[in-house]
Amino acid sequence: MDPMNVIVCVKQIPDPALPGELDPSTNTLKRDGKLILDESDSYGVEMALQLVNTAGEGAVTLVSMAPNDEVSGLRTALAMGAEKAVLVSDPTLAGADALTTAKVLAGAVGKAGDYDLIIAGTESSDGYTGTVPEQIAEVLGLPSVTFAKTIVVDGATVKVERQTESGYDEVTCPTPAVVSVTAGVVEPRYPSFKGIMAAKSKPVETATAADLGIESVSWAQSITGVEDAPAREAGEIIEDDGETFNKIVEFLDNLKVI
Amino acid sequence: MALSNIWVFAETNQAGEASNATLELLTKANTLGGTVTAFVNGTAGDAAAAFADHGAAKIYETGDLSGALPGAAVSAAMKAVIDGGDSPDLVMFPQNYEGRDVMARLSVKLDRTVLTNSVDISVDGDAVNVTTPIFGGAKMVTSTFTGEMPFLAAFRPKSFEPAGGAGAAGDVSAAPVPDLGATGGATVNAVHVEETSGPKLDEAAVVVGGGRGLGEAEKFDMVETLAKLLKGAPGASRAIVDAGWVPYSYQVGQTGKVVKPTVYIAAGISGATQHMVGMKGSKNIIAINKDKEAPIFGVADLGIVGDVHKVMPQLIAALEARS
Repeated sequence: MDPMNVIVCVKQIPDPALPGELDPSTNTLKRDGKLILDESDSYGVEMALQLVNTAGEGAVTLVSMAPNDEVSGLRTALAMGAEKAVLVSDPTLAGADALTTAKVLAGAVGKAGDYDLIIAGTESSDGYTGTVPEQIAEVLGLPSVTFAKTIVVDGATVKVERQTESGYDEVTCPTPAVVSVTAGVVEPRYPSFKGIMAAKSKPVETATAADLGIESVSWAQSITGVEDAPAREAGEIIEDDGETFNKIVEFLDNLKVI
Repeated sequence: MALSNIWVFAETNQAGEASNATLELLTKANTLGGTVTAFVNGTAGDAAAAFADHGAAKIYETGDLSGALPGAAVSAAMKAVIDGGDSPDLVMFPQNYEGRDVMARLSVKLDRTVLTNSVDISVDGDAVNVTTPIFGGAKMVTSTFTGEMPFLAAFRPKSFEPAGGAGAAGDVSAAPVPDLGATGGATVNAVHVEETSGPKLDEAAVVVGGGRGLGEAEKFDMVETLAKLLKGAPGASRAIVDAGWVPYSYQVGQTGKVVKPTVYIAAGISGATQHMVGMKGSKNIIAINKDKEAPIFGVADLGIVGDVHKVMPQLIAALEARS
Protein backbone atom coordinates (compact mmCIF):
# COMPACT_ATOMS: atom_id res chain seq x y z
CA MET A 1 0.00 0.00 0.00
CA ASP A 2 1.09 3.56 -0.64
CA PRO A 3 1.88 5.76 2.33
CA MET A 4 -0.99 7.88 3.58
CA ASN A 5 -0.29 11.42 4.69
CA VAL A 6 -3.08 13.32 6.34
CA ILE A 7 -3.23 16.91 7.48
CA VAL A 8 -5.75 17.62 10.21
CA CYS A 9 -6.98 21.15 10.93
CA VAL A 10 -7.51 21.53 14.65
CA LYS A 11 -8.71 24.35 16.85
CA GLN A 12 -7.81 25.07 20.43
CA ILE A 13 -10.77 26.50 22.30
CA PRO A 14 -11.64 27.61 25.84
CA ASP A 15 -12.97 24.72 27.92
CA PRO A 16 -16.67 24.45 26.90
CA ALA A 17 -17.47 23.30 30.45
CA LEU A 18 -16.78 26.87 31.58
CA PRO A 19 -19.36 29.55 30.76
CA GLY A 20 -18.51 31.54 27.62
CA GLU A 21 -17.77 35.24 27.89
CA LEU A 22 -17.48 38.12 25.44
CA ASP A 23 -14.59 40.56 25.60
CA PRO A 24 -16.41 43.82 26.49
CA SER A 25 -14.11 45.95 24.29
CA THR A 26 -14.36 43.89 21.07
CA ASN A 27 -17.50 41.81 21.60
CA THR A 28 -15.61 38.76 20.37
CA LEU A 29 -15.44 35.53 22.34
CA LYS A 30 -12.83 35.58 25.11
CA ARG A 31 -10.16 33.02 24.29
CA ASP A 32 -7.40 34.13 26.65
CA GLY A 33 -7.39 31.38 29.26
CA LYS A 34 -6.04 27.86 28.93
CA LEU A 35 -7.10 26.33 25.62
CA ILE A 36 -7.97 22.70 24.99
CA LEU A 37 -8.35 20.61 21.84
CA ASP A 38 -11.85 21.13 20.45
CA GLU A 39 -13.65 17.84 20.98
CA SER A 40 -15.13 18.02 17.47
CA ASP A 41 -11.56 17.98 16.11
CA SER A 42 -10.58 14.90 18.12
CA TYR A 43 -12.75 12.82 15.76
CA GLY A 44 -10.79 14.10 12.76
CA VAL A 45 -7.50 13.31 14.48
CA GLU A 46 -8.74 9.79 15.27
CA MET A 47 -9.95 9.18 11.70
CA ALA A 48 -6.62 10.41 10.32
CA LEU A 49 -4.65 8.14 12.65
CA GLN A 50 -6.79 5.17 11.59
CA LEU A 51 -6.28 5.94 7.88
CA VAL A 52 -2.50 6.11 8.34
CA ASN A 53 -2.61 2.91 10.36
CA THR A 54 -4.58 1.12 7.63
CA ALA A 55 -2.08 2.26 4.99
CA GLY A 56 0.75 1.06 7.23
CA GLU A 57 2.91 4.03 6.38
CA GLY A 58 2.57 7.82 6.50
CA ALA A 59 1.96 10.52 9.07
CA VAL A 60 -0.63 12.83 10.56
CA THR A 61 0.32 16.51 10.62
CA LEU A 62 -1.69 19.13 12.49
CA VAL A 63 -2.32 22.68 11.33
CA SER A 64 -3.81 25.25 13.67
CA MET A 65 -4.21 28.96 14.21
CA ALA A 66 -4.07 30.90 17.47
CA PRO A 67 -3.75 34.53 18.53
CA ASN A 68 -0.98 33.52 20.96
CA ASP A 69 1.58 30.74 21.36
CA GLU A 70 -0.87 28.43 23.10
CA VAL A 71 -0.05 24.77 22.34
CA SER A 72 -1.75 22.73 25.10
CA GLY A 73 -4.54 21.60 22.77
CA LEU A 74 -2.03 20.68 20.06
CA ARG A 75 -0.06 18.59 22.57
CA THR A 76 -3.21 16.55 23.23
CA ALA A 77 -3.51 15.71 19.51
CA LEU A 78 0.23 14.98 19.31
CA ALA A 79 -0.15 12.69 22.31
CA MET A 80 -2.91 10.84 20.46
CA GLY A 81 -0.38 10.06 17.74
CA ALA A 82 0.03 12.98 15.34
CA GLU A 83 3.65 13.40 14.28
CA LYS A 84 4.10 17.16 14.04
CA ALA A 85 2.23 20.46 13.95
CA VAL A 86 2.29 23.82 12.22
CA LEU A 87 0.86 26.61 14.36
CA VAL A 88 0.13 30.02 12.90
CA SER A 89 0.40 32.24 15.92
CA ASP A 90 -0.26 35.92 15.51
CA PRO A 91 -2.02 38.48 17.74
CA THR A 92 -3.46 40.17 14.61
CA LEU A 93 -5.53 37.00 14.11
CA ALA A 94 -7.57 37.45 17.30
CA GLY A 95 -11.24 37.44 16.29
CA ALA A 96 -10.45 36.50 12.67
CA ASP A 97 -13.45 35.66 10.48
CA ALA A 98 -13.91 32.30 8.78
CA LEU A 99 -12.47 33.41 5.44
CA THR A 100 -9.30 34.76 7.05
CA THR A 101 -9.01 31.57 9.09
CA ALA A 102 -9.30 29.49 5.92
CA LYS A 103 -6.61 31.52 4.15
CA VAL A 104 -4.28 31.16 7.15
CA LEU A 105 -4.85 27.41 7.47
CA ALA A 106 -4.40 26.94 3.71
CA GLY A 107 -1.08 28.77 4.11
CA ALA A 108 -0.14 26.48 6.99
CA VAL A 109 -0.96 23.45 4.82
CA GLY A 110 1.73 24.72 2.44
CA LYS A 111 4.29 24.35 5.25
CA ALA A 112 3.10 20.91 6.33
CA GLY A 113 4.54 18.84 3.47
CA ASP A 114 2.92 16.40 1.04
CA TYR A 115 -0.57 15.16 1.76
CA ASP A 116 -3.30 12.93 0.39
CA LEU A 117 -6.11 14.28 2.51
CA ILE A 118 -6.91 17.31 4.61
CA ILE A 119 -9.38 16.51 7.38
CA ALA A 120 -11.26 19.09 9.45
CA GLY A 121 -14.14 19.05 11.88
CA THR A 122 -17.53 20.12 10.55
CA GLU A 123 -17.63 23.16 12.79
CA SER A 124 -15.89 24.33 15.94
CA SER A 125 -17.64 24.08 19.28
CA ASP A 126 -17.11 27.76 20.11
CA GLY A 127 -17.59 29.63 16.85
CA TYR A 128 -19.51 27.10 14.72
CA THR A 129 -19.42 29.05 11.47
CA GLY A 130 -19.04 25.73 9.68
CA THR A 131 -17.60 27.07 6.45
CA VAL A 132 -13.84 26.84 7.02
CA PRO A 133 -13.19 23.34 5.55
CA GLU A 134 -14.97 24.16 2.29
CA GLN A 135 -13.24 27.56 2.15
CA ILE A 136 -9.83 25.89 2.60
CA ALA A 137 -10.66 23.58 -0.32
CA GLU A 138 -11.54 26.55 -2.52
CA VAL A 139 -8.39 28.46 -1.55
CA LEU A 140 -6.28 25.41 -2.43
CA GLY A 141 -8.29 24.55 -5.57
CA LEU A 142 -9.21 21.10 -4.21
CA PRO A 143 -12.39 19.01 -4.31
CA SER A 144 -14.15 18.51 -1.01
CA VAL A 145 -16.67 16.36 0.77
CA THR A 146 -18.35 17.82 3.84
CA PHE A 147 -20.15 16.09 6.75
CA ALA A 148 -18.36 12.76 6.35
CA LYS A 149 -19.24 10.05 8.86
CA THR A 150 -16.90 7.44 7.41
CA ILE A 151 -13.81 7.73 5.20
CA VAL A 152 -12.17 4.93 3.24
CA VAL A 153 -9.18 5.57 0.97
CA ASP A 154 -8.86 3.34 -2.08
CA GLY A 155 -5.80 4.22 -4.16
CA ALA A 156 -6.20 7.80 -5.35
CA THR A 157 -9.90 7.89 -4.46
CA VAL A 158 -11.56 8.65 -1.16
CA LYS A 159 -14.96 7.09 -0.46
CA VAL A 160 -17.14 8.90 2.04
CA GLU A 161 -20.50 8.37 3.65
CA ARG A 162 -21.79 11.94 3.79
CA GLN A 163 -24.59 12.83 6.18
CA THR A 164 -27.66 14.48 4.71
CA GLU A 165 -30.89 15.87 6.20
CA SER A 166 -32.62 12.55 5.64
CA GLY A 167 -29.86 9.93 5.84
CA TYR A 168 -26.55 9.72 4.02
CA ASP A 169 -25.03 9.71 0.55
CA GLU A 170 -22.17 7.61 -0.76
CA VAL A 171 -19.69 10.02 -2.30
CA THR A 172 -16.41 9.38 -4.13
CA CYS A 173 -13.73 11.97 -4.68
CA PRO A 174 -10.19 11.93 -6.12
CA THR A 175 -7.33 12.80 -3.77
CA PRO A 176 -5.90 15.14 -2.71
CA ALA A 177 -9.13 16.42 -1.21
CA VAL A 178 -10.56 18.17 1.84
CA VAL A 179 -12.98 16.13 3.94
CA SER A 180 -14.90 17.55 6.91
CA VAL A 181 -15.98 14.98 9.46
CA THR A 182 -18.87 14.85 11.90
CA ALA A 183 -18.50 13.64 15.43
CA GLY A 184 -19.30 10.28 16.76
CA VAL A 185 -18.59 7.55 14.29
CA VAL A 186 -15.14 6.92 15.69
CA GLU A 187 -14.16 6.88 19.33
CA PRO A 188 -11.22 9.27 19.83
CA ARG A 189 -8.46 7.46 21.69
CA TYR A 190 -7.22 8.69 25.03
CA PRO A 191 -3.55 9.65 24.92
CA SER A 192 -1.41 7.05 26.67
CA PHE A 193 1.19 8.06 29.22
CA LYS A 194 3.86 7.17 26.68
CA GLY A 195 2.05 9.29 24.10
CA ILE A 196 1.88 12.26 26.45
CA MET A 197 5.60 12.03 27.20
CA ALA A 198 6.47 11.66 23.50
CA ALA A 199 4.26 14.63 22.56
CA LYS A 200 6.40 16.99 24.62
CA SER A 201 9.28 16.63 22.17
CA LYS A 202 7.33 16.44 18.90
CA PRO A 203 8.01 19.37 16.56
CA VAL A 204 5.62 22.34 16.52
CA GLU A 205 6.64 24.80 13.83
CA THR A 206 5.28 28.30 14.38
CA ALA A 207 4.66 30.98 11.77
CA THR A 208 3.03 34.41 11.64
CA ALA A 209 0.41 35.52 9.13
CA ALA A 210 3.10 37.57 7.37
CA ASP A 211 5.33 34.46 7.10
CA LEU A 212 2.54 32.89 5.03
CA GLY A 213 2.33 35.92 2.76
CA ILE A 214 -0.93 37.06 4.30
CA GLU A 215 -0.30 40.76 4.51
CA SER A 216 -3.32 42.72 5.62
CA VAL A 217 -5.48 40.89 8.10
CA SER A 218 -8.94 42.44 8.30
CA TRP A 219 -12.50 41.30 7.92
CA ALA A 220 -15.58 43.00 6.58
CA GLN A 221 -17.95 42.67 9.51
CA SER A 222 -18.29 44.43 12.81
CA ILE A 223 -20.36 43.63 15.84
CA THR A 224 -22.67 46.56 16.49
CA GLY A 225 -24.80 45.30 19.33
CA VAL A 226 -25.17 42.57 21.94
CA GLU A 227 -28.45 42.16 23.78
CA ASP A 228 -29.94 39.63 26.12
CA ALA A 229 -32.49 37.52 24.26
CA PRO A 230 -36.03 37.78 25.59
CA ALA A 231 -36.20 35.14 28.31
CA ARG A 232 -38.94 32.52 28.37
CA GLU A 233 -41.24 32.97 31.31
CA ALA A 234 -40.36 30.63 34.11
CA GLY A 235 -42.54 27.55 34.11
CA GLU A 236 -43.73 25.23 36.82
CA ILE A 237 -40.98 22.95 38.10
CA ILE A 238 -42.11 20.09 40.34
CA GLU A 239 -40.40 17.16 42.06
CA ASP A 240 -41.75 13.79 40.95
CA ASP A 241 -43.80 12.11 43.66
CA GLY A 242 -44.98 9.22 41.49
CA GLU A 243 -48.04 11.16 40.28
CA THR A 244 -46.50 13.95 38.21
CA PHE A 245 -47.23 12.10 34.96
CA ASN A 246 -50.80 13.29 35.52
CA LYS A 247 -49.56 16.87 35.31
CA ILE A 248 -48.09 16.10 31.90
CA VAL A 249 -51.34 14.50 30.72
CA GLU A 250 -53.24 17.55 31.94
CA PHE A 251 -50.79 19.88 30.22
CA LEU A 252 -51.13 17.99 26.92
CA ASP A 253 -54.89 17.92 27.32
CA ASN A 254 -55.05 21.70 27.73
CA LEU A 255 -53.07 22.10 24.51
CA LYS A 256 -55.50 19.77 22.70
CA VAL A 257 -52.70 17.55 21.42
CA ILE A 258 -54.39 14.48 22.92
CA MET B 1 -32.11 51.70 -1.16
CA ALA B 2 -29.35 49.75 0.46
CA LEU B 3 -30.20 46.47 -1.23
CA SER B 4 -31.47 46.63 -4.80
CA ASN B 5 -30.59 43.10 -5.97
CA ILE B 6 -30.99 40.13 -3.60
CA TRP B 7 -30.31 36.50 -4.41
CA VAL B 8 -31.62 33.52 -2.51
CA PHE B 9 -29.95 30.10 -2.82
CA ALA B 10 -32.94 27.94 -3.78
CA GLU B 11 -33.55 24.22 -3.54
CA THR B 12 -36.26 21.71 -4.30
CA ASN B 13 -37.00 18.58 -2.29
CA GLN B 14 -37.03 15.01 -3.60
CA ALA B 15 -40.62 15.49 -4.80
CA GLY B 16 -39.56 18.51 -6.86
CA GLU B 17 -41.34 20.98 -4.57
CA ALA B 18 -39.77 24.21 -3.35
CA SER B 19 -38.02 23.62 -0.02
CA ASN B 20 -39.48 25.36 3.02
CA ALA B 21 -36.14 27.01 3.77
CA THR B 22 -36.11 28.56 0.29
CA LEU B 23 -39.64 29.93 0.63
CA GLU B 24 -38.81 31.40 4.07
CA LEU B 25 -35.80 33.25 2.66
CA LEU B 26 -37.61 34.45 -0.47
CA THR B 27 -40.40 35.86 1.70
CA LYS B 28 -37.92 37.73 3.89
CA ALA B 29 -35.88 38.94 0.89
CA ASN B 30 -39.06 40.36 -0.59
CA THR B 31 -39.46 42.68 2.42
CA LEU B 32 -35.95 44.16 2.12
CA GLY B 33 -36.59 46.16 -1.07
CA GLY B 34 -35.20 45.58 -4.54
CA THR B 35 -35.41 42.69 -6.94
CA VAL B 36 -35.39 39.13 -5.60
CA THR B 37 -33.78 36.30 -7.56
CA ALA B 38 -33.95 32.59 -6.75
CA PHE B 39 -30.72 30.84 -7.71
CA VAL B 40 -31.64 27.21 -8.03
CA ASN B 41 -29.36 24.29 -7.21
CA GLY B 42 -30.54 22.07 -10.08
CA THR B 43 -33.72 22.66 -12.03
CA ALA B 44 -36.66 24.82 -10.89
CA GLY B 45 -39.32 22.78 -12.70
CA ASP B 46 -42.73 22.97 -11.06
CA ALA B 47 -41.24 24.80 -8.06
CA ALA B 48 -40.77 27.92 -10.20
CA ALA B 49 -44.39 28.93 -9.54
CA ALA B 50 -43.85 28.73 -5.75
CA PHE B 51 -40.61 30.69 -5.99
CA ALA B 52 -42.43 33.45 -7.93
CA ASP B 53 -45.37 33.39 -5.54
CA HIS B 54 -42.94 34.03 -2.67
CA GLY B 55 -41.25 36.96 -4.39
CA ALA B 56 -38.77 35.72 -7.00
CA ALA B 57 -38.86 38.05 -9.99
CA LYS B 58 -36.03 36.12 -11.60
CA ILE B 59 -34.94 32.51 -11.37
CA TYR B 60 -31.53 31.20 -12.37
CA GLU B 61 -31.12 27.45 -12.62
CA THR B 62 -27.87 25.51 -12.89
CA GLY B 63 -29.57 22.47 -14.43
CA ASP B 64 -28.93 18.91 -13.30
CA LEU B 65 -25.56 18.55 -11.55
CA SER B 66 -25.29 14.83 -12.44
CA GLY B 67 -24.47 13.85 -8.87
CA ALA B 68 -21.81 16.52 -8.27
CA LEU B 69 -21.89 17.98 -4.77
CA PRO B 70 -23.28 21.51 -5.11
CA GLY B 71 -20.58 23.43 -3.19
CA ALA B 72 -18.15 23.83 -6.04
CA ALA B 73 -20.71 23.61 -8.85
CA VAL B 74 -23.34 26.14 -7.78
CA SER B 75 -20.81 28.66 -6.46
CA ALA B 76 -19.03 28.55 -9.84
CA ALA B 77 -22.34 29.08 -11.65
CA MET B 78 -23.07 32.06 -9.37
CA LYS B 79 -19.63 33.51 -9.98
CA ALA B 80 -20.13 33.19 -13.75
CA VAL B 81 -23.40 35.17 -13.60
CA ILE B 82 -21.74 37.81 -11.40
CA ASP B 83 -18.82 38.10 -13.82
CA GLY B 84 -21.39 38.43 -16.60
CA GLY B 85 -22.66 41.67 -15.03
CA ASP B 86 -25.60 40.67 -12.80
CA SER B 87 -24.04 41.17 -9.36
CA PRO B 88 -26.21 40.87 -6.24
CA ASP B 89 -25.94 43.14 -3.19
CA LEU B 90 -26.82 40.27 -0.85
CA VAL B 91 -26.94 36.49 -1.23
CA MET B 92 -29.06 34.67 1.37
CA PHE B 93 -28.44 30.99 2.11
CA PRO B 94 -30.25 28.51 4.33
CA GLN B 95 -28.04 27.24 7.17
CA ASN B 96 -28.05 23.68 5.89
CA TYR B 97 -25.47 21.41 4.28
CA GLU B 98 -25.76 22.59 0.73
CA GLY B 99 -26.26 26.25 1.64
CA ARG B 100 -23.14 26.31 3.79
CA ASP B 101 -20.98 24.61 1.17
CA VAL B 102 -22.05 26.89 -1.68
CA MET B 103 -21.66 30.00 0.48
CA ALA B 104 -18.19 28.92 1.65
CA ARG B 105 -16.91 28.42 -1.90
CA LEU B 106 -18.50 31.65 -3.10
CA SER B 107 -16.95 33.62 -0.24
CA VAL B 108 -13.47 32.63 -1.46
CA LYS B 109 -14.28 33.31 -5.12
CA LEU B 110 -15.55 36.81 -4.25
CA ASP B 111 -13.21 37.41 -1.28
CA ARG B 112 -16.13 38.29 0.97
CA THR B 113 -16.80 37.47 4.61
CA VAL B 114 -19.74 35.27 5.64
CA LEU B 115 -22.20 35.71 8.49
CA THR B 116 -23.73 32.42 9.54
CA ASN B 117 -26.32 31.00 11.95
CA SER B 118 -28.38 34.18 11.62
CA VAL B 119 -32.03 34.47 12.56
CA ASP B 120 -32.84 37.95 11.27
CA ILE B 121 -31.71 40.67 8.87
CA SER B 122 -32.59 44.33 8.68
CA VAL B 123 -31.67 47.35 6.61
CA ASP B 124 -31.10 50.62 8.45
CA GLY B 125 -30.16 53.39 6.02
CA ASP B 126 -26.98 52.13 4.39
CA ALA B 127 -26.29 49.56 7.11
CA VAL B 128 -27.23 45.91 6.61
CA ASN B 129 -27.50 44.20 10.00
CA VAL B 130 -27.72 40.51 10.74
CA THR B 131 -28.79 39.05 14.08
CA THR B 132 -27.26 35.87 15.46
CA PRO B 133 -28.00 34.11 18.75
CA ILE B 134 -24.99 33.03 20.83
CA PHE B 135 -24.55 31.06 24.06
CA GLY B 136 -27.50 28.87 23.18
CA GLY B 137 -29.70 31.84 22.42
CA ALA B 138 -29.12 33.65 25.71
CA LYS B 139 -27.71 36.66 23.89
CA MET B 140 -28.41 38.15 20.47
CA VAL B 141 -25.48 39.64 18.55
CA THR B 142 -26.02 42.19 15.80
CA SER B 143 -23.33 42.31 13.14
CA THR B 144 -23.06 44.90 10.38
CA PHE B 145 -21.41 44.26 7.02
CA THR B 146 -18.60 46.78 6.58
CA GLY B 147 -16.99 45.67 3.32
CA GLU B 148 -18.03 45.65 -0.30
CA MET B 149 -21.08 43.88 -1.70
CA PRO B 150 -22.17 41.22 -2.35
CA PHE B 151 -22.85 40.41 1.31
CA LEU B 152 -23.17 36.71 2.14
CA ALA B 153 -25.34 35.48 5.00
CA ALA B 154 -26.81 32.15 6.10
CA PHE B 155 -30.03 31.86 8.12
CA ARG B 156 -31.29 29.10 10.33
CA PRO B 157 -34.37 27.24 9.11
CA LYS B 158 -37.67 28.58 10.49
CA SER B 159 -36.28 32.05 11.11
CA PHE B 160 -38.99 33.55 8.90
CA GLU B 161 -42.61 32.65 8.12
CA PRO B 162 -43.09 31.84 4.44
CA ALA B 163 -45.90 33.84 2.79
CA GLY B 164 -47.14 33.47 -0.77
CA GLY B 165 -49.15 35.88 -2.85
CA ALA B 166 -46.22 38.03 -3.98
CA GLY B 167 -47.16 37.50 -7.62
CA ALA B 168 -43.61 38.09 -8.90
CA ALA B 169 -42.71 37.22 -12.49
CA GLY B 170 -40.38 34.29 -11.85
CA ASP B 171 -38.63 34.54 -15.23
CA VAL B 172 -36.40 31.51 -15.60
CA SER B 173 -32.97 31.63 -17.21
CA ALA B 174 -30.07 29.21 -17.33
CA ALA B 175 -26.94 29.65 -15.22
CA PRO B 176 -24.78 26.78 -16.43
CA VAL B 177 -21.93 25.39 -14.35
CA PRO B 178 -18.55 26.25 -15.90
CA ASP B 179 -15.64 23.79 -16.02
CA LEU B 180 -14.72 23.11 -12.38
CA GLY B 181 -11.30 21.54 -12.89
CA ALA B 182 -10.11 19.64 -9.81
CA THR B 183 -12.65 21.27 -7.48
CA GLY B 184 -15.57 19.40 -9.04
CA GLY B 185 -14.28 15.90 -8.23
CA ALA B 186 -16.79 14.84 -5.56
CA THR B 187 -19.67 12.75 -6.91
CA VAL B 188 -22.69 11.18 -5.20
CA ASN B 189 -23.05 7.50 -6.20
CA ALA B 190 -25.90 6.39 -3.95
CA VAL B 191 -28.50 8.01 -1.69
CA HIS B 192 -29.69 6.40 1.56
CA VAL B 193 -32.80 7.65 3.36
CA GLU B 194 -33.17 6.96 7.10
CA GLU B 195 -36.42 8.82 7.70
CA THR B 196 -38.78 7.17 10.14
CA SER B 197 -42.47 6.64 9.50
CA GLY B 198 -44.88 9.23 10.93
CA PRO B 199 -44.58 13.00 10.69
CA LYS B 200 -41.25 14.58 9.78
CA LEU B 201 -39.17 15.78 12.69
CA ASP B 202 -39.11 19.41 11.58
CA GLU B 203 -42.82 19.50 10.73
CA ALA B 204 -44.40 17.51 13.59
CA ALA B 205 -46.75 19.24 16.05
CA VAL B 206 -45.27 17.17 18.87
CA VAL B 207 -41.61 16.22 19.24
CA VAL B 208 -40.31 13.90 21.94
CA GLY B 209 -36.56 14.28 22.36
CA GLY B 210 -34.40 11.72 24.13
CA GLY B 211 -31.00 12.32 25.71
CA ARG B 212 -28.20 10.71 27.65
CA GLY B 213 -30.42 10.50 30.75
CA LEU B 214 -32.17 7.54 29.11
CA GLY B 215 -29.12 5.57 30.16
CA GLU B 216 -28.89 3.13 27.26
CA ALA B 217 -29.84 2.83 23.59
CA GLU B 218 -32.68 0.35 24.20
CA LYS B 219 -34.50 2.90 26.37
CA PHE B 220 -34.99 5.10 23.30
CA ASP B 221 -37.97 2.82 22.62
CA MET B 222 -39.84 4.85 25.27
CA VAL B 223 -39.25 8.00 23.22
CA GLU B 224 -40.47 6.30 20.03
CA THR B 225 -43.56 4.94 21.80
CA LEU B 226 -44.50 8.26 23.36
CA ALA B 227 -43.97 10.08 20.06
CA LYS B 228 -46.22 7.59 18.30
CA LEU B 229 -48.96 7.93 20.92
CA LEU B 230 -48.89 11.71 20.47
CA LYS B 231 -48.75 11.43 16.65
CA GLY B 232 -45.42 13.19 16.88
CA ALA B 233 -41.83 12.58 15.88
CA PRO B 234 -38.93 11.26 17.96
CA GLY B 235 -35.85 13.43 18.23
CA ALA B 236 -32.50 13.18 19.97
CA SER B 237 -29.72 15.17 21.55
CA ARG B 238 -26.31 15.19 19.92
CA ALA B 239 -24.89 13.17 22.80
CA ILE B 240 -26.90 10.06 21.95
CA VAL B 241 -26.49 10.49 18.19
CA ASP B 242 -22.73 10.67 18.74
CA ALA B 243 -23.00 7.58 20.92
CA GLY B 244 -24.60 5.76 18.00
CA TRP B 245 -27.99 5.10 19.65
CA VAL B 246 -30.01 6.68 16.84
CA PRO B 247 -29.18 7.96 13.35
CA TYR B 248 -28.09 11.52 12.77
CA SER B 249 -31.40 12.33 11.05
CA TYR B 250 -32.97 12.34 14.56
CA GLN B 251 -30.70 15.07 15.89
CA VAL B 252 -32.24 18.30 17.17
CA GLY B 253 -29.89 21.20 17.72
CA GLN B 254 -27.12 23.35 16.38
CA THR B 255 -25.77 20.70 14.04
CA GLY B 256 -29.10 18.93 13.61
CA LYS B 257 -32.61 20.10 12.87
CA VAL B 258 -34.41 23.16 14.19
CA VAL B 259 -37.87 22.27 15.51
CA LYS B 260 -40.68 24.56 16.63
CA PRO B 261 -43.52 22.19 17.51
CA THR B 262 -46.59 22.95 19.62
CA VAL B 263 -45.08 20.75 22.32
CA TYR B 264 -41.52 19.58 22.83
CA ILE B 265 -40.99 16.90 25.46
CA ALA B 266 -37.37 16.62 26.59
CA ALA B 267 -36.75 13.23 28.19
CA GLY B 268 -33.41 12.86 29.94
CA ILE B 269 -31.96 15.86 28.13
CA SER B 270 -29.92 18.27 30.25
CA GLY B 271 -30.16 21.15 27.79
CA ALA B 272 -26.68 21.73 26.39
CA THR B 273 -26.33 24.90 24.31
CA GLN B 274 -25.98 22.72 21.23
CA HIS B 275 -29.43 21.23 21.82
CA MET B 276 -31.26 24.31 23.10
CA VAL B 277 -30.75 26.34 19.92
CA GLY B 278 -32.64 23.63 18.04
CA MET B 279 -35.75 23.49 20.23
CA LYS B 280 -35.98 26.71 22.24
CA GLY B 281 -38.49 28.12 19.78
CA SER B 282 -41.04 25.41 20.62
CA LYS B 283 -44.37 26.86 21.73
CA ASN B 284 -44.48 24.68 24.85
CA ILE B 285 -41.69 22.72 26.49
CA ILE B 286 -42.02 19.85 28.96
CA ALA B 287 -38.82 18.55 30.55
CA ILE B 288 -38.23 15.39 32.55
CA ASN B 289 -34.79 15.19 34.16
CA LYS B 290 -33.48 13.98 37.47
CA ASP B 291 -31.04 16.87 37.92
CA LYS B 292 -32.98 19.89 39.12
CA GLU B 293 -30.08 22.16 38.14
CA ALA B 294 -30.26 21.02 34.47
CA PRO B 295 -30.39 24.03 32.11
CA ILE B 296 -33.40 22.53 30.31
CA PHE B 297 -35.58 23.57 33.28
CA GLY B 298 -34.72 27.19 32.50
CA VAL B 299 -36.81 27.01 29.32
CA ALA B 300 -39.44 24.47 30.44
CA ASP B 301 -43.09 25.44 30.87
CA LEU B 302 -43.58 22.25 32.83
CA GLY B 303 -40.55 20.65 34.45
CA ILE B 304 -40.63 17.30 36.22
CA VAL B 305 -37.60 16.69 38.45
CA GLY B 306 -37.63 12.93 38.40
CA ASP B 307 -36.43 9.71 36.84
CA VAL B 308 -37.37 9.31 33.16
CA HIS B 309 -37.42 5.55 33.72
CA LYS B 310 -40.33 6.00 36.13
CA VAL B 311 -42.19 8.99 34.68
CA MET B 312 -42.11 7.94 31.01
CA PRO B 313 -43.66 4.47 31.49
CA GLN B 314 -46.37 5.99 33.70
CA LEU B 315 -47.08 8.66 31.11
CA ILE B 316 -47.15 6.10 28.29
CA ALA B 317 -49.53 3.85 30.27
CA ALA B 318 -51.83 6.78 31.05
CA LEU B 319 -51.99 7.83 27.40
CA GLU B 320 -52.53 4.24 26.23
CA ALA B 321 -55.43 3.95 28.69
CA ARG B 322 -57.08 6.97 27.10
CA SER B 323 -56.76 5.82 23.48
